[in-house]
Amino acid sequence: MTNLSRRKLIVSGLAATAGASGLAVAARLAQKYGLVPPDHGGIYGLGETLTYASQRLLTRHSLAREFSRSQISPRPFPNELAPLTPEFKRLQAGRFADWRLSIDGMVHQPASFSIADLKSYPSRSHITEIACEEGWSYIAEWIGVPLSHMLNLVGIHPQAKYVVYTSMEPDTWDSIDMADALHPQTFLCYGMNGSELPVAHGGPLRMRLPRQIGYKNIKFITHLTVTDSMKGFGKGLGSVAAEYGYAWYTGI
Amino acid sequence: MATSGSTQPAAETFVSSRISNTPVTKLAPRHSALVRVTHWITALCFLALLVTGAEIVISHPRFYWGETGTDLTTPLFRLPIPASRKLVPTGYNYVLPDQNGWSRALHFEAAWIVVLAGLLYVIYGLLTKHFRKDLVPRKSDLSWRLLLTSFTKPLRLQRPSAAEASSYNGLQRLTYLFVILVLFPLVIWSGLAMSLGFASAFPWSVTLLGGRQSARTIHFFVSLALVLFLFVHIFMVCLAGFWSRTATMITGRIGTRKERT
Repeated sequence: MTNLSRRKLIVSGLAATAGASGLAVAARLAQKYGLVPPDHGGIYGLGETLTYASQRLLTRHSLAREFSRSQISPRPFPNELAPLTPEFKRLQAGRFADWRLSIDGMVHQPASFSIADLKSYPSRSHITEIACEEGWSYIAEWIGVPLSHMLNLVGIHPQAKYVVYTSMEPDTWDSIDMADALHPQTFLCYGMNGSELPVAHGGPLRMRLPRQIGYKNIKFITHLTVTDSMKGFGKGLGSVAAEYGYAWYTGI
Repeated sequence: MATSGSTQPAAETFVSSRISNTPVTKLAPRHSALVRVTHWITALCFLALLVTGAEIVISHPRFYWGETGTDLTTPLFRLPIPASRKLVPTGYNYVLPDQNGWSRALHFEAAWIVVLAGLLYVIYGLLTKHFRKDLVPRKSDLSWRLLLTSFTKPLRLQRPSAAEASSYNGLQRLTYLFVILVLFPLVIWSGLAMSLGFASAFPWSVTLLGGRQSARTIHFFVSLALVLFLFVHIFMVCLAGFWSRTATMITGRIGTRKERT
């Protein structure tokens, strides 16, 4: 063995060791600082994790683009709805007076609210785009109560990491991390373009996350659960969509 | 190294030159190892991006200009193909299978890998003067007559001479620079502009392109330009000798196959 190849061997050995331990340290740090999404497994886990981690490092507090009133789309496109359940139709007949939003999990005071209760809290609005993963998008004014307001009201435990939100539609739920849950533009949305949120757009209550793709903005919200782990929620991937191969984090 | 092993390399040179019977002057490879590795990573990722990009497009084969666009607004143009979602008015009574879930995941994963490989390549290209030596046109390249000849020769299916195997002509240099400095940055930019998270941190990335839907339309056309480049690239490789040029991009060495003229 010549000196040259011995040196090469030592250098590449050291480089490989440094690379491997560097990756291990990076993985530990990412886990510690909440940069790993619940759907990080499988062959697309690398991409999902790189996207989520870099977005959290770059865009944790950034605000979604807001538009002027003149940019509001004249005809907002209502995406297809699954057939409404008899329970939904019953509540709709009562003009949603009996609609309840319950909040439980890692909170000091689990509670339940009517739409009127939600409307009694400070109302906020923003004119933002909703963009479908298919490619289309429109701009509307969204009115609601910031999710952070409701979370402060019930008091979340310090170890809380996710808010799981469930729809009245069967088998429809999703979750967001605390960065999105406490983000000022994240609304429990009950109004649109100056009036009540139409059923076609998720009325009486939908999750509104202007920094994530449309399918994350789930319609007909009835239940919020605050948790520190996605284990035990479905397959633990963070959403029903993720179980069908659609990313949990959709800020991209 | 130079002092401790000063006699050894000389002895080796002597031995090996006797065996091979050729003077040992270690030629620099046609393509350096980093260029070869990043080339094939890019090739694989581009294929993945192309297939998944097409899958995503067929879920809404309509394109718009400005910030917004839906099935209820007038498109800039639409592709005459069936869609993979039944709400899109395509005029066809047929809905293609919906493959958006894995397509989006693979699209973004391949994008990550190719952007990181591209970053490595650009840093390497600047440090080693690869761009200046191999890709920036030489003064003598920049004559209209030469550039035109480089364009018309392949069109008349004339194969490149053996001398052309070791460096690029002016037209090739300009084309590669255009792809590296214009098309790749533009396709990355217009892609990132469609990320709602990225746009929240860098709103100008969308507004400079004319809005979200403009970014999507630009992304589509730049992708088409890259596909056009790919076709011309493969055509030129075939013309020069597919196996020898492909072998060169794998091993770095110029093949010994006689170039036909």
